[in-house]
Amino acid sequence: MKIAIVKYNAGNIQSVLYALERLGVTPVYTDDPVELISADKVLFPGQGEASTTMKYLKERGLDKVIKSLTQPVFGICVGQQLLCSHSEEGDVDCLGVIPAQVKRFPPAGKIPQMGWNTLTQLQSPLMKGIPEDSYVYFVHSYYVEVTPYAIATTDYIVPFASALQKDNFYAVQFHPEKSSTIGERIIQNFLDL
Amino acid sequence: MLTKRIIPCLDVKDGKTVKGVNFVNLRDAGDPVELGTLYSSQGADELVFLDITATIEKRKTLVDLVKRIAQHINIPFTIGGGIGTVEDVSACLNAGADKVSINSAAVKHPDCIDQMAKAFGSQCIVVAVDTRNVKGVDTVHTHGGSKPTDILTFDWVKEVESRGAGEILLTSMDHDGTKAGFANELTSTLSTRLTIPVIASGGAGTMEHFVDVFTKGNADAALAASIFHFKEIGIPELKHYLDKSGILVRQPV
Repeated sequence: MKIAIVKYNAGNIQSVLYALERLGVTPVYTDDPVELISADKVLFPGQGEASTTMKYLKERGLDKVIKSLTQPVFGICVGQQLLCSHSEEGDVDCLGVIPAQVKRFPPAGKIPQMGWNTLTQLQSPLMKGIPEDSYVYFVHSYYVEVTPYAIATTDYIVPFASALQKDNFYAVQFHPEKSSTIGERIIQNFLDL
Repeated sequence: MLTKRIIPCLDVKDGKTVKGVNFVNLRDAGDPVELGTLYSSQGADELVFLDITATIEKRKTLVDLVKRIAQHINIPFTIGGGIGTVEDVSACLNAGADKVSINSAAVKHPDCIDQMAKAFGSQCIVVAVDTRNVKGVDTVHTHGGSKPTDILTFDWVKEVESRGAGEILLTSMDHDGTKAGFANELTSTLSTRLTIPVIASGGAGTMEHFVDVFTKGNADAALAASIFHFKEIGIPELKHYLDKSGILVRQPV
């Protein structure tokens, strides 16, 4: 099975690489459209600022490549946000794969949300075997609103979509690569799709 | 709901943990990766590794340590110890660290906080603040708390927040090593006036002290070293105790 990770200007992906290695998978880390399109599964992780990363993806035509993918795609953290329609971070139109808005947390608590929080209302094969109220690790200042595409929700200041699915596109706001055994199970679920 | 975090801190010198006793089921308690993995499996929420090795090739030592940890540990960890430049931060993050902790360098060159936060995002920049009460005034100390400055702790944490720090690791040098409880009053004063999370450190001796630092101290996370390393308090029993005391914590799966 060929697993590709999208290479772009969205920070450190070493943790994701190591997490895959622990599951016995050696991914290809690439921005080559041919490699991405031919992969069995594509991971789209990221930390960083939405508008700068979108600009980078567009300049290299990677936005069109990602949108066109038909195999399972897994957006993580900023990767999830970039799959949505629009982000308040830098007021930027994102890839628009999943119709949902990315908003900044209202200043009614500490920002970023940093730490462990629960997943509720779990759906989708991505969450197979994950018990309700499982804890996963979050670090983020922006969140995706709850829409029918939410496959998990979490409460922090407001309820938000902590995981999404639309067709072959899966995405999570938290860091499965840093979420202990629960996170490993979610990554394995994606690999098993 | 977001939980309160329990963070064991491991001091590392020349690739080995500095203090601690041998744990059952652990081949080598001196191996930071093995000890970190054990704490992780017991329900630690994050780990902090402080490299106190004094070498000329400091960065290489740090990066080697980070790589070993990142390969094996599946919870977030922070690396600290002599990190002073954007290049240091870049090397640690690229090796797999989730966050870096800066201390003396931030006091010496506050601009480096802005540069690091801009380059890598606030979420990975932890500013460690060592504070000591001198004649009734909380002031920042550097070099492991040994060198006083004339900077007021309250002013300093507000400044590092505005410069882009993502988290404060607040160590009370007056409480550190006393096992008489955390600096709850100071922690609360700072935590309630900041919009970024505060990790309280220094003074943990009993499980009640952790309850106090979360309730009276309003800390977002609590860090301790020796009580875990010397098995005075186990992380599972601590989390059970916190849960019974009405503090929301993540129970290990």
